[in-house]
Amino acid sequence: MAATGLTETLDRLRKSGLTALIGYGLVGLVGVWLVVNLIKTPTEFINIGLIGLTNGAIYGLVALGYTLVYGILQLINFAHGDVFALSGLVASTMIVSVLGLEQDASVLAILGGMLVTLLVITVFFALVNATIELVAYRRLRRAPRLAALITAVGMSFIVQNISLAIYDVNFRSVPSFIPRSEVIGIGNVTYSWNKLAVLVITVPVLILLTWFVRETKQGKAMRAVAQDTEASAMMGINVNRTISVTFAIAGALAGAAGIVYLLQFNMRYDTGFELGLIAFTAAVLGGIGNLSGAVLGALVIGFIQAFNEGLTWYTPGSDWTRTIVFGILIMILVFRPEGLLGERTPEGA
Amino acid sequence: MTTVQERLRSYGPGALVALVVIVLALLYPQYVESLGDLPLIGDFIPALSSMVIMIVFTMMAVGLNIVVGYAGLLDLGYVAFYAAGAYTSAWFASQQFDQWTFHFGSVGISKELPGIHLSIWLVLLIAGIFTALAGILIGLPTLRLRGDYLAIVTLGFGEIIPQVVRNGDNVFGFDLTHGTFGISPIDSPGFGSVGETLGLPLNYQQSFEREQWFYWTALALLLLTVFCSIRLRDSRLGRAWVAIREDETAAAAMGVPLMRTKTWSYAIGAFFGGVAGAFYASFKSGAFPADFYFNISVFLLCMVILGGMGSIWGVIVGGMILGYLNVEGLATLGSELQQGGIDFDPTKYQFGFYGVIIVLMMLFRPEGLIPERRHKREFELGVADTPLDDVTHEGADTDREPKND
Repeated sequence: MAATGLTETLDRLRKSGLTALIGYGLVGLVGVWLVVNLIKTPTEFINIGLIGLTNGAIYGLVALGYTLVYGILQLINFAHGDVFALSGLVASTMIVSVLGLEQDASVLAILGGMLVTLLVITVFFALVNATIELVAYRRLRRAPRLAALITAVGMSFIVQNISLAIYDVNFRSVPSFIPRSEVIGIGNVTYSWNKLAVLVITVPVLILLTWFVRETKQGKAMRAVAQDTEASAMMGINVNRTISVTFAIAGALAGAAGIVYLLQFNMRYDTGFELGLIAFTAAVLGGIGNLSGAVLGALVIGFIQAFNEGLTWYTPGSDWTRTIVFGILIMILVFRPEGLLGERTPEGA
Repeated sequence: MTTVQERLRSYGPGALVALVVIVLALLYPQYVESLGDLPLIGDFIPALSSMVIMIVFTMMAVGLNIVVGYAGLLDLGYVAFYAAGAYTSAWFASQQFDQWTFHFGSVGISKELPGIHLSIWLVLLIAGIFTALAGILIGLPTLRLRGDYLAIVTLGFGEIIPQVVRNGDNVFGFDLTHGTFGISPIDSPGFGSVGETLGLPLNYQQSFEREQWFYWTALALLLLTVFCSIRLRDSRLGRAWVAIREDETAAAAMGVPLMRTKTWSYAIGAFFGGVAGAFYASFKSGAFPADFYFNISVFLLCMVILGGMGSIWGVIVGGMILGYLNVEGLATLGSELQQGGIDFDPTKYQFGFYGVIIVLMMLFRPEGLIPERRHKREFELGVADTPLDDVTHEGADTDREPKND
């Protein structure tokens, strides 16, 4: 059996640490590539890096949603990306039609409007996501894991088609009321206000989330349920409520991500599919179930994507972005399935 | 030895139903036109060419059923195998590589035509083998992962392959896939001049009864797939798949080689996807990168789920129903609604519709329309589907800082 032979060879390689060697070799090559590019075109390199940082922050918000849900239910919530897209679309309606924010609105109106939008959208999509869990996943908690996963794929298509039904196939955007002028500019390196806005929203959200998971009672309950559902139920934790809360938080994160994305790009009903996959890759890269891992993975993916699309020296270019992202996903699962920040089991995985 | 009679009896009434269905299906070209004249439902009768597409997709669903239904491995990138099959047929039966001229068993075309032109029958086999090898290559690094990781990796491959195909018009200066334009035309099957003396068409595409021949060939391929699928299910390998699906640890303890068995399910499932893809490419005489997208994988998965995971007859029924809706049904419904004054285009929301089917089936009838007995019990009693090899997945934010607790 050629297949078995190969498997055994792979096994032996894994044990001898050669896979690790190949893995480090690949990482090293990427490092060399980055350094050469940095030396050749330093200003562009930094500018592109800033784009990567912005994109990575957005991916991070979405990736957190995947990782939270996975941590607690071991379910890849495929619908998450589509919830994100729908939230962005609803936010565009809210900003353009309801609040009527214009490009020349006063700073106060913009700040207030954004705050209101953020509040309404996060609360609404927290409810939406919790409802999805209630309707689609709760009944399947004891079913084979495949069943819940397949349902998640189905939910993803349903949410996507809801977006399609409401917003049709056109791209939506908001007027660029956050100026694209630079915050700081050193030489040709520029950092614009609209990029800063992404971080201004993302960083507090992350801090809030970390505080919630670490310090509050509900956050502790979440961690307990993630570790051992049955034991936590025996300790008097309301498992159903905890899972609902987790989905709600994930939904709120998706909502925030939708708004942040909208500040940078156009979006339409199927934006969430690809972005969801990228974000999931980020979550796996960081070590799924691990919150800081998700953010780290998202930043790495954001940088890799931006460098691939922006740099010039031996760069595959945007035609290959998807291949590279999924290539990373596959490599990670082959070389280090527990992710960058994950830990191996005592038995050895 | 059992006599033929005894064996037939052991199959029960199901065999009779199957026989009637097969005969009716074989005769479909004869009565399809008269069915079209029926009042009310006449407009909804699928044309012969639609039937070919429906059968091809059903064949892929039966192949996917080997992976998802038998072995319980969720494959969300089956479209990659379809693409691999279609492009194999494009490589070995078209003018793509016009720097070489090589003919072997090609029918109905000039022997001077540049490019590689093998007989389509041979190409179908090559496509199957090539795709099976691709399945093994994809499977080896990924099959040891837990089920949901496997799903996402296969999804990744399903996304990578179309992009590779789209960008493959300049692989170090070599035009492998002709980029976004795709490869067209692709040779058509046929029986050559030898077959012509027996009353068979020399070349399907040039035949007057083109669709009829494609239809019968598709049906023959489907029947072959179904036959293999049944035989596999009852074989040693098939029982090993079920054992792994139900309890991986127990199966391994009983001496079932996990990796080899899983890889086989992948390879065999891929084989049928490849053959179906190659045949379909020959039928529509082209392979285009735009045909291979994620939704196709979900569409095929939906067929398997609607019919019943692991249940061959169920998958065929599910495949034909959804195939019909996809190829013709929803469009016909839309135009009927339009005539009735309702402006609603169901084809636009077809994937939402499939999503609803998937969710409703999983929630209320996870065993499918025509359940397989064993699968039904699994859904009722549950399975021990924790993988043998696994990595830990600590909870949200993990318990790495005990001082906080």
